[in-house]
Amino acid sequence: MNALEITGVSKYYGDYPALRDVGFAVEPGTTVALLGRNGAGKTTLLRIIAGLSKPTEGTVKIHGSDTRLEITRRKIGVLGHGISLYDELSAIENLILFGRLYDLENPRKRAEEWLERTGLARVRDGLVREFSRGMRQRLAVARAFLHEPEVLLFDEPFTALDDRAIAVLQTLLRDAHYAGRTIVMSTHQLREALEIATHVTLIQRGRVAYAGVRQQEMVDDPGWLYRTYGEG
Amino acid sequence: MIRFLRQCYTITAKDLRSELRTKEALNASLAFSLVILVLFSFAFDPSTDQFHDFSGGFLWLVFAFAGTLILNRSFARELQNDCLDALVASPVPAAALFLGKAVANLLLLMAIEFVSLLAFAFFYQVNWTTHAPSLLLVMALGTWALTVIGTVFSALTVNLRLRELMLPTLVYPLLIPALMAAILLTTDLLSGTPLGGDNLIWVKLLVAFDVIFTAVALAMMDTVLVG
Amino acid sequence: MRNKILVGLALVSAVLLTWNIYKIFLVMPDELNQGAIWRIFYFHVPAAMLAMTGFGIGMGFSVAYLITNNLRWDGIAEGVIEVSLVFAAVNLVTGSIWARIIWGVWWAWDARLTSMLVCWLIFAGYLMLRRAIEEPTQRARLSAVVAIFGAVDVFIVWKSIEWFRTMHPGPVLSIRDGGGMAPGMEALMYWNLLALLCLAIVLVMVRMRQSGVAREIDSLRRLAHSY
Repeated sequence: MNALEITGVSKYYGDYPALRDVGFAVEPGTTVALLGRNGAGKTTLLRIIAGLSKPTEGTVKIHGSDTRLEITRRKIGVLGHGISLYDELSAIENLILFGRLYDLENPRKRAEEWLERTGLARVRDGLVREFSRGMRQRLAVARAFLHEPEVLLFDEPFTALDDRAIAVLQTLLRDAHYAGRTIVMSTHQLREALEIATHVTLIQRGRVAYAGVRQQEMVDDPGWLYRTYGEG
Repeated sequence: MIRFLRQCYTITAKDLRSELRTKEALNASLAFSLVILVLFSFAFDPSTDQFHDFSGGFLWLVFAFAGTLILNRSFARELQNDCLDALVASPVPAAALFLGKAVANLLLLMAIEFVSLLAFAFFYQVNWTTHAPSLLLVMALGTWALTVIGTVFSALTVNLRLRELMLPTLVYPLLIPALMAAILLTTDLLSGTPLGGDNLIWVKLLVAFDVIFTAVALAMMDTVLVG
Repeated sequence: MRNKILVGLALVSAVLLTWNIYKIFLVMPDELNQGAIWRIFYFHVPAAMLAMTGFGIGMGFSVAYLITNNLRWDGIAEGVIEVSLVFAAVNLVTGSIWARIIWGVWWAWDARLTSMLVCWLIFAGYLMLRRAIEEPTQRARLSAVVAIFGAVDVFIVWKSIEWFRTMHPGPVLSIRDGGGMAPGMEALMYWNLLALLCLAIVLVMVRMRQSGVAREIDSLRRLAHSY
């Protein structure tokens, strides 16, 4: 069964098509780099896959079940543009909260583990409001990975990260990939993404321009993809 | 079912912890209600007998206006850092999110209302203890009406430019039947008339309003949150 | 084809209205107690019936939109509710004029006028919300939710204010001052209802066409701006 199955997805804002007949499949254990220009429809597509938005037409299935079902949402981890953490709660309180929302058996223990893995154990009781930007981002990553989701959906995860956060994220993504998890990440940072991606999907003006394995030409010269499949 | 309630509880606890830690909305709401109480003293002469005819009206106007500050904050607080997206993407059903927040709002509002009631009794020499249990029941029923509508519309207006304007504009007309019943009952109770007989119809109206709109809200919450 | 229906209905409406107005003003005699002003009911009552039905129909189309995601239903819902608001306003204004002539006051808090005012406020909120949302799909979804809450509340509003007024009787706006209406009068009322119904449909159809064009312009603009 495919980890992700997108069939005939269209999204209209009024009569304007943000996504048009988008369809592709993602096998379990692959890492997909979702590429495209600003306004191409990447974020719209990711939000639909994450269950934050409903497609006007078409279906999205994650491991065979619809995105809005509870069992499905348990399996996905989402990292969007914002850190999705509460400023007035502490690091550990935030993680325990999400642990509870995801019905983890021992939220506190899992929270402590992930604070360790992201190098935030020292500041577990600090309020997020007082964290530096890099610390906030690392905690956001911890939140996304906390419930060991099978499918990870990241919207421009490398944007505006500091070096330490990038290193942490890359390690975690690689570990997740080796653990057999499926990763879909949209990005502008072609180099970082293409290093770890196994597959690439290019979205152009709301349509899929390319969906397949990452090719060597893409890694050597990131612009190649746009020139060959896109509109330059 | 148990899981649903547990999730509601997690949301309620989070909202209360957040609010109690910052107390932003609580303080603003309380200050606002005290200001209105003072303003009323200029509009009406509290020493006349007729004043008691208006007591329920005053109180519920204070409750409704001060309550809007809390209700507005309910979903607005989730916008910071994109927390709302994380909540909607989580396995928590929209209905549980709604119920959890609504209960938190109810508790916050009732706390403010109780303090306002004490201030009101102090400033205007009103005896509220005669039928205290009934009064608290009416406050709870009326506040739940306010909370149910207010929480749904807080979610509905959360992403709009004119959120602070749209929330009261939409919520107050809808609440008129419930506020009317609450006002009538409160006036009766504060002037010494117990619940029963003639005014039971207003209790029934409040209960019906609460039940109907809680059901509608639970049904519509997913539509409101997921675009 | 639609144009033909539109023009056809407009003609029917114009003819009926002209004939009715002739009968109302020139054929019908003055009423015993009220004098000439009773004729205003030929507009006051049908306007209320059309407004209330319209709010319900608007809710129906809103539900249809939520189920089908087809923006056409949203366009119809908006048109129907707008026209209903106009008729509600007609009802309120004619009621006010009648009250001024008969009782000497511009406004009387009787059950029916008050209820209609509240309904007007609820659905005026619906329109205000629509103006506050730019994106058509979000606008349709959120205003549909408001329409549903509004329509459910309309029923509660009418019942509760009626109960309130039976307990605290106020003036009552009534045609039946000295008993039922004479058969000739009643028939003319229904003819006028038909005329106004045709007019209402014409207005809704015009409004639908406008919103269809607006949608097209909006999407063209988005298309143009995105590249």
